[in-house]
Amino acid sequence: MTPDPALLNDLRAALGADAVLVSAEACAPFECDALTAHRRSPDVVVLPRTVDEVRSVLRACRQHGTPVVARGAGTGLSGGSLPVAGGVLLVLARLNRILEVDPRRRLARVQPGVTNLEISMAAAPHGLYYAPDPSSQVACTIGGNVAENSGGVHCLKHGLTVHNLLEVRVVTIDGELLVLGSETGEAPGLPLLALLTGSEGMLGVVVEATVRLKPLPERVELLMAAFDDVRRCADAVGRVIASGIVPAGLEMMDAPAMRAAEAFAHCGYPSEADALLLCELDGLHHDVERDLQAVEALLRDCGATSLRVAADAGERQRMWSGRKSAFPAVGRLAPDYFCMDGTIPRRHLADVLQRIGELSQAAGLPVANVFHAGDGNLHPLILFDAGEPGAVERAEHLGAEILELCVAVGGTVTGEHGVGVEKLGPMCTQFGSGELEAFHAVKRAFDPDGLLNPGKAVPTLARCADYGAMRVHGGKLPFSHLPRF
Amino acid sequence: MDRDGTDDLIAQVCEAASRGAALRIVGGDTKRFYGRAIDGVPLATRGHTGILRHDPAELVLTARGGTPLAEVEAQLAAHGQRLPFEPPHFGADATLGGTVAAGLAGPARAWAGPVRDYVLGARILTGDGRVLRFGGEVMKNVAGYDVARLMAGSLGVLGVLLDVSLKVLPRAAAERTLALEFDAAHALEHLASLARGALPLSASSWIDGRLYLRLEGSLETLDAVAARVGGELLPDGGSFWASLREQTHPFFAGEQSLWRCTVPGPVAPLPLGDVSLVEWNGMQRWYRGVAETAALEATTAVGGHATLFRDHTDAADAFTPLAPPLLRLHRELKRVFDPAGILNPGRMYADL
Repeated sequence: MTPDPALLNDLRAALGADAVLVSAEACAPFECDALTAHRRSPDVVVLPRTVDEVRSVLRACRQHGTPVVARGAGTGLSGGSLPVAGGVLLVLARLNRILEVDPRRRLARVQPGVTNLEISMAAAPHGLYYAPDPSSQVACTIGGNVAENSGGVHCLKHGLTVHNLLEVRVVTIDGELLVLGSETGEAPGLPLLALLTGSEGMLGVVVEATVRLKPLPERVELLMAAFDDVRRCADAVGRVIASGIVPAGLEMMDAPAMRAAEAFAHCGYPSEADALLLCELDGLHHDVERDLQAVEALLRDCGATSLRVAADAGERQRMWSGRKSAFPAVGRLAPDYFCMDGTIPRRHLADVLQRIGELSQAAGLPVANVFHAGDGNLHPLILFDAGEPGAVERAEHLGAEILELCVAVGGTVTGEHGVGVEKLGPMCTQFGSGELEAFHAVKRAFDPDGLLNPGKAVPTLARCADYGAMRVHGGKLPFSHLPRF
Repeated sequence: MDRDGTDDLIAQVCEAASRGAALRIVGGDTKRFYGRAIDGVPLATRGHTGILRHDPAELVLTARGGTPLAEVEAQLAAHGQRLPFEPPHFGADATLGGTVAAGLAGPARAWAGPVRDYVLGARILTGDGRVLRFGGEVMKNVAGYDVARLMAGSLGVLGVLLDVSLKVLPRAAAERTLALEFDAAHALEHLASLARGALPLSASSWIDGRLYLRLEGSLETLDAVAARVGGELLPDGGSFWASLREQTHPFFAGEQSLWRCTVPGPVAPLPLGDVSLVEWNGMQRWYRGVAETAALEATTAVGGHATLFRDHTDAADAFTPLAPPLLRLHRELKRVFDPAGILNPGRMYADL
C-alpha cells in the first residue's frame, strides 16, 4: 500500500527524511518479530531520536487516521509488533540512552530502546541488578518488556516486569505525555502503571521507564535433581513451595527437552532420567544454606534419583546453559516448532503433562516440555514439519487443545509471551464476551479511533464467533448470540 | 462464614443504576475516613463472604470481597504464610475487598511492594450490574489488560470487588527490631547507606530521634547481620510495628489532620515542622496539622505526592490533583465500568 503523501510530509518535517523509511529494501528487516510465521513488510518505518519526535509521529498518525505499531528490538514471540496494513511502524531503537543509575535510590531511569541486560550491566558496578530476565535479555528492550510484562526464570521470587517498575512515561495517540507511577511506585489516582504494563502497545507508547534495582545476592546455589517419573518431579515442585521456600528459579524439563538440551549444550544432564528439576536459591549466606539443606532433603524424599549442587559459578552456568538453550536445542529435532505459553495452577502440573502427552500422541506430533515450574508457566514445544501437507494445521490444532486444557484447569493461554496476533483465537476460550467488550472499551478510553496496534491482543467478538464455529465444544457453541457471516 | 451474596449485590446495584442513585460501598466501614467524604446509599458487602480457595503450595488465596481480613490472615498464618504488604486493618471488621480497594500497605511496603503487586485476579460487579472476571489464580498471566491490578487502590470507583485472588508468601523464619539514635536528617542518610547492602530489611521508621529497623530471615542470618547494623534490640518489635500499621502509636493520637507524604526515599526532611514519622525507607512521611497548601507544595517540590489521610474538620479533597490528561483518562475509565457514575462517586476525586 502506498503511504499517504500528506502523512509522509508531516513525518519527514518532524523527523528529517533520513528517519522515515519507505523503500521495500529498507522496510524489509521489520517485517516480523520472533514469531516468524507471521510476516508483513511495513509501508513506512519511522526512527525517532527523541520523545518529542515520538509525540510528533503519534500526533501525525492521529491527524491522518493512520494506524501505528510500536516496536523495540522485535524479539516478541506473539507477533505483537507485526506491521499492519497501511500503517506506520514506530521503531524506538534510537531512544537507547540510560538516563540515570542511582545506587542510593536503587533505581535506573532509561529510554525504551535500552536492552534488558544493559540495565543490569550498568547497575553491576554498584552491586545492583535489574531482576526480570527474559531469555532474550541480550537483545530485548525495556519498552517491549513493559508492553509485554515480560517474565523470565526468576519471577516467582523476584517478580515480573510490573513488579519492578516504578514510573513509566507514555505517549498517547494524541501525542500527550503521561507520567504513570512515580519514583516511590505510588501515585494518586488509579494504578494506571499496572494497566499499561502488558498492554501490548494498544494503549500508549512507552518512552521512558524507571525501574527498581535490587542488590546482587550474597550467595547463589543451583541444585539439579533427576527423576525417573515426570509425576514425581511435578509433585516435588509443589512440595518445595509448600515447605515455605521461595526459590529464585524452579525449572523443569521432560525427557525429550532434557535430552535435546544435553545433546546441544553438553551441560551434564543425566540423559537416562525422565524429568529434570533445576532449583536456584539466592539470598543471604545463612538463609541459602538453610534452604539448600531443606530442599535437598525434600527432593530426596520426593524420590529424586540423583541430586547435584553446582560446585561453583562455572558449573552453575553450565547447568543453566542447557535450560537456556532448550528452545534452539529442541528446534534441531524437527524442521519447525510452535512454542506454547500457558500457565496453570501448579497442583495440576502432573495431570496436565500427562494429558499433553496423550494429545500429542493422538495428533501424531511430538511435544517437548520445558517450563517455569515454580510459576506453573508451561512452554510445550510442538514439533512438526511445515513442508508436510496439513502439518501446520495439525500443530495449530494441538496448540489450541493444549491452551484450552490450561484454561480448563484454571490457567491462562499466555503467561509471558503475550497474545499479539498468535493467541487471538485462544483468548476466546479464556474470556467471555463481557470481558472482551470491557477490554475493547478500555482501549477506546485511551485510543478512541483504534489506531494503536490495531487488531492485536484482544479478539473481536466476530472473530470469537468464527473461532467458536471452528471449535465447537461439548455441543455448546461459544458466542452463539452473535451473527455469523 | 461462607455466603455467596453476588445476586443480592447485583440486584442492589441494578436498582440503584436504574434510579441513578449513588452507592457508598461498605465493607467493615473501617476506612470511611479515607478519601473524600461522600453520601450515598450504603452497599454492604459483608454478606458476601468466605475463603474460596487456598492451597499453600500454590501461594494463592481467593476469597470473597466481604471476607474479614482477620479471617484471611488467620487462614494464611495457620499455614505459615502471610499477605506480604502487611495491610492495616483500622478496625476489627476490615474486609479483604476494602483492603484491596483502599490499596493501603503497612511497614513492609518499601521492601515487599504495594497491594497491586499481589493482585492476581478479581471478579468485579460493574456499576451497570455486569459481573466480569479478570486475571486469574496463576503467577504469570498476560492475557488481556490487567484490569484486576487496576482495582488495587481504586476506592470502589470502578466496581465492587466480588472475589479477589492474591499471591501470598511464606512468613519469615524470624524477625528482629533494632533501634538506633539519630536525628531525622542523619537517619535518612543512614537508610540510604544501608540500601546499598544486601540487608534483610523488612521495615524502617524514624520517630522521636530514633531509627527503627526490622530484619527478617533465619536466626543465623539475624545474628550475623545484627552486629553489622548495631543499635539496641527492641524487645517487643511486633507490637511497635503494629502500632504504626494500625495508627495506634501516640503520634497518631488527637484531632489534628494527618498528612501522608510519599517522596523519593532519601530526600532531606520536608519543611513541614519538626515532628514527623518517617517510614518505608524514607518514602512515607507523616505530618500532623500542617496546612494543605504547605503539604502539597513541599511534597510536589521533591517529586512526591501528598494525601490528607485523616481530616477531622471538613470534607476537603484528599489526594494530590491529577494532571488534566490523566484526569480525563480516569473519567473515561470510570465510564467503561460505571457508566451511570453510581459507585462511590467523588470518593477519589470530586468529579469521578
